[in-house]
Amino acid sequence: MAQPTAPMDRRRLFALLSPAYLWLLVAVFLPLSAMLFFSFLTDLPQDTPDWRITLGNYNQFLTNPTYATLLWKSLKLGFTVTLVCILIGYPCALVLARTIKGRARETLFLLVILPFWSNSLVRIFSWAIVLRGNGVLERSLEFILPFDIQLNLMFTTEAVVIGLVHSFLPYVILTSYLALQAIDDDIVDAARSMGASRITILWRLLLPLSLPGLLAGAVLVFVPVVGSFMEPRILGGRMGTYFGTVIEDQFVAVYNWPLGAALSFILLAVVLLVLALSSPILKRART
Amino acid sequence: MKTTLLSLSALALTTGTALADEIRVLNWQGYGTDQSFSIEPFEEATGHTVVHEYFNSEQEMLTKLRTNPGAYDVVMINAVFTPQAIEEELLAPIDASVIENYAGVPERFAQDSKLVSDNDVYGVPWTWGLTSFAFNTSVIEEAPDSIEALWNPAYAGRISIRDDALEAMQLAALATGQDINNIEDLDAAEEKLAALMPNLRTFWSSENDWNQYMAAGELDIASYWSGSAARSASLGLPVEFVVPKEGAIGWLDALSIPATSEHREAAQQFIDWMIDPEFYTRWDQEGAPASANADAAAALPEDAFNKRVLGDPEVVARAKFQAPVTDESREAYLEIWQGLKAAQ
Repeated sequence: MAQPTAPMDRRRLFALLSPAYLWLLVAVFLPLSAMLFFSFLTDLPQDTPDWRITLGNYNQFLTNPTYATLLWKSLKLGFTVTLVCILIGYPCALVLARTIKGRARETLFLLVILPFWSNSLVRIFSWAIVLRGNGVLERSLEFILPFDIQLNLMFTTEAVVIGLVHSFLPYVILTSYLALQAIDDDIVDAARSMGASRITILWRLLLPLSLPGLLAGAVLVFVPVVGSFMEPRILGGRMGTYFGTVIEDQFVAVYNWPLGAALSFILLAVVLLVLALSSPILKRART
Repeated sequence: MKTTLLSLSALALTTGTALADEIRVLNWQGYGTDQSFSIEPFEEATGHTVVHEYFNSEQEMLTKLRTNPGAYDVVMINAVFTPQAIEEELLAPIDASVIENYAGVPERFAQDSKLVSDNDVYGVPWTWGLTSFAFNTSVIEEAPDSIEALWNPAYAGRISIRDDALEAMQLAALATGQDINNIEDLDAAEEKLAALMPNLRTFWSSENDWNQYMAAGELDIASYWSGSAARSASLGLPVEFVVPKEGAIGWLDALSIPATSEHREAAQQFIDWMIDPEFYTRWDQEGAPASANADAAAALPEDAFNKRVLGDPEVVARAKFQAPVTDESREAYLEIWQGLKAAQ
């Protein structure tokens, strides 16, 4: 039976998959290859007729130490934000998946996803209102605490981390939650009946079993944060210059698309390298 | 002044009543062209409608002109960038003879070599002003008279400048006593800016930004434009503009018509209205930069900032007008500025 229907299956498969692949081709692959092409040019063809192929844009990254400094700064920001997201998100997902049951879980879950439904720019501007001097946060603390308080959080690296953690936290919670929820209750019961403490259950059972979900969340946070530019610009003030903001400058302020494209692909390569380097650790953790 | 509006409507009638065009204006947000008092009388007189789009930097404006052909009919360009736009064939020549108020623009602005190429007019001088700094009068009682105020440790952490390599370098050139159009000692300028960085609270990017930071009490002193300072003051902010003894950066803004515009006649009518004394005196009540039209400036009341301060020949003598910047200098400035920002 299987043999005669195979061509039809294949045709159906083709018909069903082609819209998705066509979309990927048009919306992702073509613009990306155009950008890759731009990154090797001296000037944009539509502006300067005598454009040439060059490696100069990539060379600029090597010769100008500013770019390497900024890339390192962005990677550090990525690691910090990912770590904070895990530290806050994983316990949250653990409680949601293992302790809370019924309607309360649905409500809490909704509260986690709710910020996702608002525009990210609106979220960041709300943080600006909360964090700025004499802003909502400082006033509320002054109201509660008996002594004067000066937080001065706005326009600092901390403000950027706070804004980014808030934006990306739901990723870690969602992926960890799904992984934690899938763990069979019987396994935990068995461990408990053998006398395992809560810490042991968490450390030896829940954490290893949910690690793929946690790591997927971490990757989902790390990659966009390294390239982020809007949050550092608004919340970081003079501290807010990162690799992402420099790329944005090349496109919208300086109009040096070739250099901007080259920097973007260097960022892509470095992020892929970081993920590749960490993949053996991830694999070992899974077994 | 009524006559101008009448002549505008007469012009609209003679060019055909069917021409109720929608013109698209590209400008900074809140900069004269987009207020109700600028649009409504024009729309009533001519039947055209005016739609706005905004940019946050001159480079963004050029990018928009290059990448959106046909999308704009009037564009506001800092004259320093006009030669580049002309060279890239982004602008259309303007028939100055149909712009009645053009006669009031003094020679030194109208025949500015940046705006005229091969006897063709590519930019109608609109406004001019100074880039320097303004301070919060409720915090600083005595008006500083030197640009060194930005480096004053007393205001550390409460100072802001715009995130713009050229403006930053030119301010540093003023502070180090150099020619803003030919900064010879780049190292001295860089060192001066490096000393400024720890004093900065943040960078501002638009007038709206500036007003919000000042209103929230985040800043004591910030670099600013003279026209914007007058506007912020008219909004009720306690700010005063300073033309320091070291001098201030002078700029000229002009209105141009993109080469790809399909509504050139309507665009020329709009530009005519923009340099009309009637419009300018109304605008000045809200806080305007100095008009490039001498007739419009003369129509102001005696106590207006633009007549009192910018009309003062002694202040005008301190203005150092910007010349076009070569790509090499621009790149050198950008590299220095990015390096300074990255080191934070």
